Amino acid sequence: MNVPAELRYTESHEWVRTESDGTITVGITDHAQEALGDLVFIELPEVGRRVEAGEAIAVVESVKAASDVYAPVGGEVAAVNSSVVDAPEKVNADAYANWLYKLKPANAAELAKLLDASGYTKIVGEA
Amino acid sequence: MLKQTPLNAAHRAAGAKLVDFGGWEMPVSYGSQIEEHHAVRRDAGMFDVSHMLAVDLTGADARAYLRYALANNVDKLTKPGKALYSCLLNPQGGVLDDLIVYFMRDDWFRIVVNAATADKDLAWFDSLAAQRGSAVSIAPRRDLAMVAVQGPHAREKVWQALPGSREASEGLKPFFAAQAGEALIGRTGYTGEDGFEITLPATLAVPLWKALVAAGVRPCGLGARDTLRLEAGMNLYGQDMTERETPLESGLAWTVDLMSARDFVGKAALANPPQRTQVGLVLADKGGVLRSHQKVATAMGAGEVTSGTFSPTLGRSIALARLPAGVTPEARVEVEVRDKKLAARVVKPPFVRNGEVLVKD
Repeated sequence: MNVPAELRYTESHEWVRTESDGTITVGITDHAQEALGDLVFIELPEVGRRVEAGEAIAVVESVKAASDVYAPVGGEVAAVNSSVVDAPEKVNADAYANWLYKLKPANAAELAKLLDASGYTKIVGEA
Repeated sequence: MLKQTPLNAAHRAAGAKLVDFGGWEMPVSYGSQIEEHHAVRRDAGMFDVSHMLAVDLTGADARAYLRYALANNVDKLTKPGKALYSCLLNPQGGVLDDLIVYFMRDDWFRIVVNAATADKDLAWFDSLAAQRGSAVSIAPRRDLAMVAVQGPHAREKVWQALPGSREASEGLKPFFAAQAGEALIGRTGYTGEDGFEITLPATLAVPLWKALVAAGVRPCGLGARDTLRLEAGMNLYGQDMTERETPLESGLAWTVDLMSARDFVGKAALANPPQRTQVGLVLADKGGVLRSHQKVATAMGAGEVTSGTFSPTLGRSIALARLPAGVTPEARVEVEVRDKKLAARVVKPPFVRNGEVLVKD
């Protein structure tokens, strides 16, 4: 199972990387892309949108089903990865190299609530 | 406990993602269902369809029985090996199943029915035979496995893989079958491409599968099977039609023989023109996927998507939908997709045949 040790995770299968400038980069995990199957459509938020922790912020849709992607913490959308909109299959090919959006967290303390790799591994191991 | 086909171990060894399909453990894909779809349109792919059931109907009354039982007319089957696609109706004209019937001999027809409806169909066949006192034997062939090999290079690869098959089947026209040793090879399929469906003893399934892999045929799962059949405009029983719909409301009027004086189960119920008809839809935008049960708004009233998916060949979403009669190709409609109303164009299926897109903008 592919769960990089240096990232943090949510129970809703997002991965989170904290950047040196304090923003976070977010994508969906390898487990998520595998469960969804071939992705055909990705809908990303507008830059500047404000979200709360746990709010649905993006959509990834596979042939099988559509799935909401959630904000791991509250904040403002700083950037989106438009290259995956034109080629959603990139996320299947490498879920960790193909991020979806970046957030400027409203409250950095919320990041401490995220799961570490072993915490996330336990969740998907039980699935 | 899910039922398994003779190829279950082969699917696991190939890394298949297995799912419950009508009580059977079947591969939905071996990696990328979209790659598998393209393999069938461009080259050759194969499907384990052993969950479907072959039923051998034998006896002096076989033809007469089927003339009454099926909505399509088996009198069209005059040459041995010829096949016919038909609906099986109940007396109210509702569809019990869709199936293919092969004329083997005057006293032997083979019917292939869907996996989820097999038990229901057998009970129905038996009760109908008893009701009519027909001199027929109805034998489910659970000893047989079935592999569908589809694509422009499918037949060639089958001939490489199965000794004796070329001589037996090279001359077959579409919708004909021939015996090759213990295998029955039919030039039929559910993808809109050329190819064969091979029915053979379960004990020979694994060697055949391995030989086909060696000949360069790609294993494909139910995910690709669904996107292929939808592009080909082919109905899926249980989704595009159920017992609550007639064939006339399901785009299957062409499979019902109403021209002859022949009486058949459900005929009386089909006398009136349908209020709803089946059409194809192509989503106007590349974003979003049409799916079953989504509401469709048309100038003639509301309808519903029956089957929807992403079409790998078109690069956008397509669907079959049941709309008010009178909505015609090129009409613009709106479909409720998740929380949005998306524009779609009505088309006459099929969307794709033999690798070619038929519904260009």
